[in-house]
Amino acid sequence: MSELTELSLKEMQTGLREGQFSSHELVEAALERIAQLEPSLHAFLHVAAEPALKQANEADNAEAQQSATKGYAAPLQGIPVAVKDVLTVEDMPATAGSKILEGFMPPYTATAVKRLQEAGAIVIGKTNMDEFAMGSSTENSAYGVTYNPWDLTRVPGGSSGGSAAAVAARLVPAALGTDTGGSVRQPASFCGVTGLKPTYGRVSRYGLIAFGSSLDCVGVFGRTAEDVAVIFEIMAGHDPRDATSATVEVGSLLIALRSAQGESLHGLRIGVPQEYFIEGMQVEVQEKTRAAITQLEALGAEVHEISLPHTEYALPVYYILAPAEASANLARFDGVRYGPRVEADTLWDVFFKTRGEKFGAEVTRRIMLGTYALSAGYYDAYYGQAQKVRTLIKRDFETAFEKVDLIACPSAPTTAFKIGAHTGDPLAMYLEDVFTLPASLAGVPGISFPVGFDSTDLPIGMQLLAPHFREDVLLGATHAYQQATDWHKRRPLTEDGRP
Amino acid sequence: MPLSLQEVEHIAKLARLKLTNEQKARYREQLEAILDHVAKLQELDTQDVPPTASVSVGQMPLRADESRPGLSTDALLENAPKQADGQFQIPPVFE
Repeated sequence: MSELTELSLKEMQTGLREGQFSSHELVEAALERIAQLEPSLHAFLHVAAEPALKQANEADNAEAQQSATKGYAAPLQGIPVAVKDVLTVEDMPATAGSKILEGFMPPYTATAVKRLQEAGAIVIGKTNMDEFAMGSSTENSAYGVTYNPWDLTRVPGGSSGGSAAAVAARLVPAALGTDTGGSVRQPASFCGVTGLKPTYGRVSRYGLIAFGSSLDCVGVFGRTAEDVAVIFEIMAGHDPRDATSATVEVGSLLIALRSAQGESLHGLRIGVPQEYFIEGMQVEVQEKTRAAITQLEALGAEVHEISLPHTEYALPVYYILAPAEASANLARFDGVRYGPRVEADTLWDVFFKTRGEKFGAEVTRRIMLGTYALSAGYYDAYYGQAQKVRTLIKRDFETAFEKVDLIACPSAPTTAFKIGAHTGDPLAMYLEDVFTLPASLAGVPGISFPVGFDSTDLPIGMQLLAPHFREDVLLGATHAYQQATDWHKRRPLTEDGRP
Repeated sequence: MPLSLQEVEHIAKLARLKLTNEQKARYREQLEAILDHVAKLQELDTQDVPPTASVSVGQMPLRADESRPGLSTDALLENAPKQADGQFQIPPVFE
């Protein structure tokens, strides 16, 4: 039955509707594969095997009671998915990869997850991540690193490394992640899957354990743009529970994808920013990205060299603003309302000891950095200045999108690096996000998908960026590329748990 | 950007973090390196640039200001490390 796990989400939908297999068989196959590969991957922090099988049976029974021609009524009915452990799901623990939330059972489900469940999806488990989504390698998880399915000595990227690895290794057809500064796009690149970071505000943040509230986005991993579009369309849209959630209509992405055939990109203007092809990055990443841009040109797109002049300032802006927001958001973890408490005689000491002992090194570092940037005497020089430069970065994109419909660039400067390569050098780790941060600061949507492999057979991802709310253009162009190429069909060899 | 040990201790106090001496020394060094990098922002003249606090596009509608059912006290207390009489329990603040 292992071939069931090879199916894409679209193929699962079709197979269920045509009665080729049941949801029970799908979920059982996924659970078997998880049991087989988890010891070498550690993509999950929690697997809900029994509840998932129960829901699968319910989906199959609901189907049996309906007329045979009707098919599985809800779009995701009976299909297993995974969710990053930073999103709450009722009856499942949510740790955000942190010891400070060990044992926390959230009393409500995140809107993005709830919408998938209402569409029939079965949440099979919660995936590993850098603690509070702070990191680019999943090494900052308090529960151990996730291993890259393409090479178990390497990181899967981060912070949504567990979700990216789970999709790459065919444990699930799709998984939710979150992207604050690149945490969907960079692991998608490292794991050879397709990952979408929507426009800021496009998907509700209700039930997302907050990191940087002006940056956090719920995104999705799949093997194809088509699968990603199915999930995105269901979870996107206004939610009254999130004041920053946008009211702009999502529209039918499937129509946008259907029209993407043949020379479908005719007339599409793609900008290539010179600032994303820099010294020090892996040469093969540049080459494969350029080759993919040529491929898009062959599909009818017009390619223009453009400039996003403030790109180099995105890293310093981000590493002021995101830690500043995090230092405020993480103030709520104090050993009083949830999570473990380190007992002490005074309330003051409960705060100090619980936070001192339960936050990991990177989270502590960012809280310190953010607290410093917001503290009296430094606010204007750091936080104030960073907010102004954020305006300049945003304007770079506005100017660019007057001339082009999409921007194409590498997702990350390198392919997946070795576990431990950046330990003890936080700045080197931060530099891994240099190509994903600008779009996060501007709030524009981005997608990463595989466009080739390096000499050691590690996947290389390319990023497309679009104006606010134009996920349809992103997904349409990615779909057209995937119709013409087969990089996204390559899979890591993990049958026996080894690369 | 040099950072004194006293400054590190002050930040840790503001952030309610108990740090060991070894941690203080390490964070001091690492924060200095990061602050050196972010000093790059001072290169830019931003006198006439307004700050961006949010990248939300379009209107953010307010919900109706009316009471609605929410989570029960029991559900919210369930995760508390210590609770008593339907409340979170903490060490005494006033004797």
